[in-house]
Amino acid sequence: MGIIKAVNLIFDYIKRDEDEQIEGVDRAIDGLSLDIQEGSFVAILGHNGSGKSTFAKQVNGILAPTEGTVLISGMDTRDEGHIWDIRKTAGMVFQNPDNQIIGNIVEEDVGFGPENLGVPTEEIWKRVDESLEAVGMTAYRLKSPNKLSGGQKQRVAIAGVMAMRPKCIILDEPTAMLDPNGRKEVIRTVHELNRREKITVLLITHYMEEVVDADRVIVMDDGKLVMDGTPREIFSRVRELKQYRLDVPQVTELAYELAEAGLPVSRGILTMDELLSQLVPYMKEHRICR
Amino acid sequence: MSIKAVNLTHIYGEGTAFEQYALRDVNFEIEDGQFIGLIGHTGSGKSTLIQHLNGLLKATSGELYYNGENIYAPGYDMKALRSKVGLVFQYPEHQLFEVDVFSDVCFGPKNQGLKKEEVEERARKALELVGLDESFYAQSPFELSGGQKRRVAIAGVLAMDPEVLILDEPTAGLDPKGRDEILGQLERLHRDRGMTIILVSHSMEDIARYADRLIVMNHGEKVFDDTPRNVFRSYKELESMGLAAPQVTYIVQALRREGIPIDDSLITVEEARDAILSMVGLKTGRTEKKQNA
Repeated sequence: MGIIKAVNLIFDYIKRDEDEQIEGVDRAIDGLSLDIQEGSFVAILGHNGSGKSTFAKQVNGILAPTEGTVLISGMDTRDEGHIWDIRKTAGMVFQNPDNQIIGNIVEEDVGFGPENLGVPTEEIWKRVDESLEAVGMTAYRLKSPNKLSGGQKQRVAIAGVMAMRPKCIILDEPTAMLDPNGRKEVIRTVHELNRREKITVLLITHYMEEVVDADRVIVMDDGKLVMDGTPREIFSRVRELKQYRLDVPQVTELAYELAEAGLPVSRGILTMDELLSQLVPYMKEHRICR
Repeated sequence: MSIKAVNLTHIYGEGTAFEQYALRDVNFEIEDGQFIGLIGHTGSGKSTLIQHLNGLLKATSGELYYNGENIYAPGYDMKALRSKVGLVFQYPEHQLFEVDVFSDVCFGPKNQGLKKEEVEERARKALELVGLDESFYAQSPFELSGGQKRRVAIAGVLAMDPEVLILDEPTAGLDPKGRDEILGQLERLHRDRGMTIILVSHSMEDIARYADRLIVMNHGEKVFDDTPRNVFRSYKELESMGLAAPQVTYIVQALRREGIPIDDSLITVEEARDAILSMVGLKTGRTEKKQNA
C-alpha cells in the first residue's frame, strides 16, 4: 500500500443559511480513488475548481472526507487521535509565501514547527540546520524573511515543513506568485528533496513545464480523476488536456503540431533536446534550398 | 494622447540608512492604443512604476505627463486621472466586497458621482466586456470560480471607463484556459475599443502572444524597450536578470546552432510551426506572422 491512499473519496462543501439550515451542497471531490507510492514525485493538474486543492487538504487532515476514506501511512484522516501524526507525515506548502512565514529571522521561522511539536531544543537546532541545508538556504539563516525574494521565501517555507521530518510534502501552487527564476529555484529544490531525502512529493500546479520531470501526472476534473500516467503519456494527449482547460508546454505543442502536419516527430515530446534529435536530421535532409 | 515619463525617479526611505532607488531615471512615452508588456524580476521596480502612472505614488524627482499635462503640476485633478488610468492589482478578487456581482461593479462609477442610471449602464457594459452575462448579476462574488472573480474585479475597473488599463499579473493562479480567457478579453478591448493596455506578467509566452511592445525593468531602470521579437533575441541578457524568453525562442536558437537557418525572430508556437513546415516544403498558411509585433 502507498503512503497516500484514497478510496471512493467524496467531499461536499455544505452551504448553510443563517439558521444553520442546509442551503446547498457543492460536491468538490466525487468518488476519487488513488494510491501514491512512497518516494514518488506526483504532479496534480486540473482547472480552477476541479478539486485539486480540496484533495490536498484531505491529505493532511485539514478537511475530513464526507464519504470514503483517506489513509496516510495507513492512518485514517478521520481518526482524530492520529491527526498530529498525519500532519507530521504530510506537510503542506501554500501558494503565498507571505502568509506562511511568521518568524522574524529565517532560522526562527524554520524552528517554529518542531518547537510546537515539543521537540527538545538541541534536536530543534539540528533539524533547522538540516532543513536549511536541504533547501540551500543556510547562508540566509540569520536574515529577516522580509528581505528575501519570493523563491527564497518559498524555500524557507519548505524548510519549515522539512523540519517536521515529514515523509511527504504537498505543494499547492507554490510558484504561482513567483518570477521565472523563483519558479525554477523552488522546483529544483523540490526535486532535490525527492531525490536525496526520498520525500514523496505531491505538486499541484498550473505551469505545465513544471510537470515534465514528475514520475506520474494526475489530472482532475469535476472532482474526479480523469487522466493518470507518465508525463509523456499525459502530454501526448493534447486535445484531451485542452478539453479539461489545460495546456501543454510549448515544446510539446510544437512537436504535436508538426506531427499533425505529417512530420516524423513523436507526440508527447517533453524536452527541447528530444525535439531537436528528431527534427534536425529530418530538416537537414528535406530542407528546400533557396 | 499619451503617457510620458521623463527622468522618473523614486527613492524609498530617502535620507535614511535604508535609502533605495526603486526607479532611476526612467523615460518612455506610451502612445494611445498600444498593448505593452512590462516584465522584470520581483523587486525590479515594475509595480512601483505602474503605481506612478495613475498617481498612487509620487516620484521623488522627474515628471510624468498624461495627455500632455504634468500630473505633478499644482491643482492637477488626480481623481480624474485615476478614473482614466485604471489599475488592476495582483489578486484583485481580494478586493471584492459587495453582496452581489452587480453592486460590486457599480461601486467605482457610483463614487465618481454619476447618476444611478448611468452607473448601472456602465456596470452592465463592463460585465459584458469581461464576458459575464445577467445570470451572474445577483450572485455573491465570493461563490464564483477564481477566473470569474477576477473578471468581476476587472469589470469594476472597466466600469470607471478608463482610457488606459494597467494589470499587474492578471493571470497568476488561473488555469491555462482561464488565463487565455482573460488575455483574450484584454486583446478584444485593445482591438475593438482601442484601449491602451499595460500588462505586467511573468509569463513570457503570454507577452509574446499579445504585446506589441515590451518594456523590461531591472534594478529600477528601464533596460529594454522594443518589440517582443527584438527583446527576446537578447534572451541571454534577460536570463542574467532573472528572466527568460518563451520556450519557442530557445527552440529556434537551438535549431540555428544546429545549422538550420530559421528566422530568429519567431516567438510563438504557430510561427515556429509555419516556418519549419515551409522550410521542408509543407505549407500551412494558417497564420501569418504578426506584422506589427
